[in-house]
Amino acid sequence: MAKNRSDERENGLIQQFSITGGDFYHAGHVSTQIKEILKELGIDPNIVRRAAIAAYEAEMNVVMYAQKGLFTLEVTPQKIHFFVEDEGQGIPDIELAMQEGYSTATPEMREMGFGAGMGLPNIKKNSDIFKITSEVGKGTVLDIIIFINQGKNQ
Amino acid sequence: MKLREIKELLAAEVIWGENHLEIEIDTVCASDLMSDVLALGKPGMLLITGLSNVQSVRTADIIEAKAILYVRGKKPDQEGISLAKKKGIPLLATKYLMYQACGLLYQKGLKSVHD
Ligand SMILES: Nc1ncnc2c1ncn2[C@@H]1O[C@H](COP(=O)(O)OP(=O)(O)O)[C@@H](O)[C@H]1O
Ligand SMILES: [Mg+2]
Repeated sequence: MAKNRSDERENGLIQQFSITGGDFYHAGHVSTQIKEILKELGIDPNIVRRAAIAAYEAEMNVVMYAQKGLFTLEVTPQKIHFFVEDEGQGIPDIELAMQEGYSTATPEMREMGFGAGMGLPNIKKNSDIFKITSEVGKGTVLDIIIFINQGKNQ
Repeated sequence: MKLREIKELLAAEVIWGENHLEIEIDTVCASDLMSDVLALGKPGMLLITGLSNVQSVRTADIIEAKAILYVRGKKPDQEGISLAKKKGIPLLATKYLMYQACGLLYQKGLKSVHD
């Protein structure tokens, strides 16, 4: 039985989306969908916007730097939780990658409007809790939490 | 400033959204770097860009820009146009270069997202 949105708002929702590395054509598609879901749940528009920005930058990084990824969206009455796990090259120096302006993007990626080195810092800025772990040659995991009733919006 | 006035000032073509030209614009963010737009953009702004792929429209939707103006004769691809229709984001295109388009709008008093 399909649950309606108000049920989901009360009981929580989990949805998973796969992301294909190198697929620039669909890049951003998952975040657009996630934004629609969050809007439909009736979450505060400012919070939806912050979440959408974080989701989009996270999705773009998987498309640009990994072979494939799995984006898990979990919403509870208290928080929006993104868990983004990819199989890819990984990040050798996370502290460096977190710096504004640091980027290893190719010219092709820059032509797409990405590769300004603002993605990870902007994800952090828009989330209440942000964790990143990575293993070179294996992949990267982002754990992003945005509180719905407290946190940076209040 | 109404989007219609922007269209007239910049001799812009309406790629999509003839029925959306009465919306009011008071802030602008101009960039070809979508990550910058995502970092600096504000809801309700006009996005001015020379980036014509679908990411320009995706970014406008995520950041809640009201409209997009493409400069230097660039035009969005079909995928971009259909997403804009779905999201109700009007698309304009002008032959002016970025600097000229921004200068003309700045003179009319439109604000930066940074103000
Ligand atoms: N999922 C990922 N897998 C591997 N490397 C990544 C990933 N995400 C980010 N990086 C690395 O961190 C750098 C900075 O990322 P980011 O701040 O998003 O900027 P940009 O994507 O514009 O380069 C990237 O250039 C890349 O080297
Ligand atoms: Mg990035």
